[in-house]
Amino acid sequence: MSPPHRVNPQPISLSPRQPKDPTTTKMARSNFSVLTILSVILLLPVLSLSFSPDSPSDRRLLVLFDDLSLKSSHSIFFNSLKSRGFDLDFKLADDPKLALQRYGQYLYDGLILFSPSIERFGGALDLAAVLDFVDSGHDLFIAADSSASDLIKSVATECGVDFDEDPSALVIDHRSYAVVGTEGDHTLIAADDFIESDVLLGENKIEAPVLFKGIAHSLNAANNLVLKVLSASPAAYSANPSSKLSSPPSLTGSSISLVSVVQARNNARIMITGSLDLFSNRFFRSSVQKAGSPKKYDKSGNEQFVAELSKWVFHERGHLKAVNLRHNKAGETDEPAMYRIKDDLDFSVEIYEWSGKSWEPYVANDVQVQFYMMSPYVLKTLSNDKKGLYHTSFKVPDVYGVFQFKVEYNRLGYTSLLLSKQIPVRPFKHNEYERFITAAFPYYGASFTMMAGFFIFSFVYLYHK
Amino acid sequence: MAVTKTEPINGSTTKSSAPPLPSMPLKSDLLSILSLKSLRLKTKQQELLIRVSILCLVYVLAFITRLFSVLRYESMIHEFDPYFNYRTTLFLTQKGFYEFWNWFDSESWYPLGRIIGGTLYPGLMVTAAMMYWGLRFLRFAVHIREVCVLTAPFFASNTTLVAYFFGKEIWDTGAGLVAAVLIAICPGYISRSVAGSYDNEGVAIFALLLTFYLFVKAVNTGSLAWGLASAFGYFYMVSAWGGYVFIINLIPLYVLALLITGRYSMRLYVAYNCMYVLGMLLAMQIRFVGFQHVQSGEHMAAMGVFFLMQVFYFLDWVKHLLNDKKLFEAFLRITVTCAVGVGAIALGVGTASGYISPWSGRFYSLLDPTYAKDHIPIIASVSEHQPTAWSSFMFDFHILLFLFPAGLYFCFKRLSDATIFIVMYGLTSMYFAGVMVRLILVATPAVCLISAIAVSATIKNLTMLLRTKSKVSQTGSTKGTGGGKTSSKAMLDQSQPFQRNGAIALLFGAFYLLSRYAIHCTWVTSEAYSSPSIVLAARGAHGNRVIFDDYREAYYWLRQNTPPDAKVMSWWDYGYQITAMGNRTVIVDNNTWNNTHIATVGRAMSSYEDEAYEIMRSLDVDYVLVVFGGVTGYSSDDINKFLWMVRIGGGVFPVIKEPDYLVNGEYRVDKGAAPKMLNCLM
Repeated sequence: MSPPHRVNPQPISLSPRQPKDPTTTKMARSNFSVLTILSVILLLPVLSLSFSPDSPSDRRLLVLFDDLSLKSSHSIFFNSLKSRGFDLDFKLADDPKLALQRYGQYLYDGLILFSPSIERFGGALDLAAVLDFVDSGHDLFIAADSSASDLIKSVATECGVDFDEDPSALVIDHRSYAVVGTEGDHTLIAADDFIESDVLLGENKIEAPVLFKGIAHSLNAANNLVLKVLSASPAAYSANPSSKLSSPPSLTGSSISLVSVVQARNNARIMITGSLDLFSNRFFRSSVQKAGSPKKYDKSGNEQFVAELSKWVFHERGHLKAVNLRHNKAGETDEPAMYRIKDDLDFSVEIYEWSGKSWEPYVANDVQVQFYMMSPYVLKTLSNDKKGLYHTSFKVPDVYGVFQFKVEYNRLGYTSLLLSKQIPVRPFKHNEYERFITAAFPYYGASFTMMAGFFIFSFVYLYHK
Repeated sequence: MAVTKTEPINGSTTKSSAPPLPSMPLKSDLLSILSLKSLRLKTKQQELLIRVSILCLVYVLAFITRLFSVLRYESMIHEFDPYFNYRTTLFLTQKGFYEFWNWFDSESWYPLGRIIGGTLYPGLMVTAAMMYWGLRFLRFAVHIREVCVLTAPFFASNTTLVAYFFGKEIWDTGAGLVAAVLIAICPGYISRSVAGSYDNEGVAIFALLLTFYLFVKAVNTGSLAWGLASAFGYFYMVSAWGGYVFIINLIPLYVLALLITGRYSMRLYVAYNCMYVLGMLLAMQIRFVGFQHVQSGEHMAAMGVFFLMQVFYFLDWVKHLLNDKKLFEAFLRITVTCAVGVGAIALGVGTASGYISPWSGRFYSLLDPTYAKDHIPIIASVSEHQPTAWSSFMFDFHILLFLFPAGLYFCFKRLSDATIFIVMYGLTSMYFAGVMVRLILVATPAVCLISAIAVSATIKNLTMLLRTKSKVSQTGSTKGTGGGKTSSKAMLDQSQPFQRNGAIALLFGAFYLLSRYAIHCTWVTSEAYSSPSIVLAARGAHGNRVIFDDYREAYYWLRQNTPPDAKVMSWWDYGYQITAMGNRTVIVDNNTWNNTHIATVGRAMSSYEDEAYEIMRSLDVDYVLVVFGGVTGYSSDDINKFLWMVRIGGGVFPVIKEPDYLVNGEYRVDKGAAPKMLNCLM
């Protein structure tokens, strides 16, 4: 059991630079160590910025606005991100110098699109660039509102979410609206139909309803990666609140999603919502009372909901890694190049979860390993030692072929683990069978008496007159 | 190598050496006439000298005429199966025999794997490895590839020697020599034994002929030693090629024919029993064959004849004891009925209980040429399993095709145990050659031998005519030539006066035909049978030779650019080459042991892309290799083979239907092709 892989490469990577630094060479030898420590401390945040498999949390986020006033109206959300160590880069969405990558390297680890009405991004950014960004494993955070442009809608469509096509429609709910001072058109919704997942929304239950005011979207049935995190109540529908309903609304009830998330196959995470106000300081602070419910909360659930959801989206939670997939014959330690049928073997793998700062052992009792050749021949649940090491042992089936150890772990909210390791299984060698079988002794006896008898017969026949 | 230097004069050697050979008996006979009686011993020595030198020349000729491919291209392995043989030989020389014996190959038939040691005929590899180790021992630093490339020509040379002895055994020395020459350059044999064609057949034809020769020798002499030798010859044959089934069925058939025609003798009894029992026990040592000799329907004929022999022997003994003829006849009737009845019941019970496996599809398709087409598309899809066209008979046999019936006539004229054998061998193998193109190879030795009898006997008769004429004019000093001569002389006196001129004309005609044969063989060898099929040669617009080396380039690309554990899916033709040259794992290869697996690949190739993707995901396919010859006009590409993929895929997965890919019963690949054809993976 090796300790979790800590992110600590900084001192090592710095040391070769030391002699090249002109100041250091001039320094006295006694100052050397102090300076090293200083420079490490100074450079630490810079070095840790880069997204790497060893520290999967996003660090550099690009935030795009329609206008910069959002920066102050949504400051609580941004400040909470900053306080968690994120480096935010605020830009106008039509900034002509906008670029996600330079020289083939991505400049950001995550993109927050708070610019619902933008028709064309500035600079080198466009729909394809955003999708490439996601395809290369980076995260996306989209908030639209009633002014959502076709561009934003098409980004969402590519992610598996369809916004209501009617540009003037809002989510209306005459039953679970938020009670405010003036009786409005019931477009401010107090939603509390959360997805039941500790990984997505944290272990602390969100008590207060979340205030939502915006447009509805539905999940694309063909996309099985997208999830409703916050769905509307069964009484909700999507329509233009200022006009009379002439025909049944296209989106109704709990098929309306208010907040959805996607975890792509490359573990890029995407959040999509139809309400930009959900993140605003006003909604964070306001008290909330759901219609028909006597209980009035001093503070809406928005802040907690958004904080927990952003933790998930930016990989501070639910990010697993599996390392050190090992197997060996029972009683040995080296990994063989090939097994024989009916060998006993030990299999182990280490699984860790990223806590935002370090890799912690992941503890679960439902991790399984398959011994797979076109179909699983062996399927075993792994037992763990609470320190991240999962282990099992089994007997190789009596079938030869090229097998794979497969660990496929897909759980809601967690990154999917797909590990496989190929290993051929050979049949017995000619000298690995039993040399003499007890059941065959009559045959041995028969053949030897036959030989002896033939010899004696020949002898008698030839020389006996 | 020295051999390659002598090669350029090959054409002239072939032409010049073939015609003098049939003249050998003439020459020696003339010598014997001219020499005095006291010099007879010297004449015999001269004859021996001439015979040995002719055999040596034939030996060399058989080797060098097969070197065209090396000269024209390079010392390389040809075609598909030889690549597998080469790979296994390499493994054998590197890892040793036991590793080879137990080799489990995880690189082919992914993910099933293949037990190489238990699913191949090791004779060829062991032979090549022995030669390699022998040369190494003699301090010749050769590469194993060179040994493999030259194995087939070397064994072709050895075959000529066996053909000589066989011819000598069934007819006379002259026929043996002619047979040696004919088989040395016969295109039907050359097609499978040019340098680089490192396939089982190259060794197996030698083993086949050797077994037959030794068996005939054993029957002729009744010697246990020759029977033993033929058993070992059979063992070598079993270890080398699946065609041994032909031997184990032909020899019982021959024995049965002898029994029926009343030619049963103690010699036959000894020869067959020794050969069958020992041969069977030895053959069981080959892992791939195992217990088939006692368990498979194809080998039951041999066992039945074996028991029949015992019954005959027993009857003989009873006949010896009983003096009453009538009593014996009654006894004979009862015994034969009982024996046949018991045999039939045993066979029936064995087959019904599954102990004796039924005949395999290949065997059926040999007996009934239409069987494979209806039932086993995978056998029918191979081009060398197609029924033979007349043109290819002509191409492979040339004048032998006409000499063959003549030879049969001579055989029937002088019927003996040996000639009955060669007649049966010739007739059965000719039938099989008509069923499958590749079996022309098995027929070739028989055709050569029988034709050699025809040539030798004709020329001998003609020269006899000439000689007696000259003797008549030469005051008749012909005492030592025996009684046959006088009878022919008597015959001659009554014949027409033009007989001598006619004989001369016929002789010249025979020489002309034989020289045409030599020219034809050389031309066929150089033009048709020396192409390695992995490197393509074509004539450009200006008549220059264009070499396409695309196959090897593709395999090297795979080797260089894909991860070492990548799985390549291709149609099974290319499996061996990808593993041998590309060193990558393949899904199916030319060892078509698992029809379902091949059908899965065929299904993937002929499904819509999304369905094909699912199938290929389940097989962990990383790369797909397809061959398209449309640009260069290469005809045997995957589009051409596509219908077979559909048929083979459809044979297992009825979802795939052939009519979906056809337009009005036609196979089109252009704009007017069937929509399913256009949208499938291919």
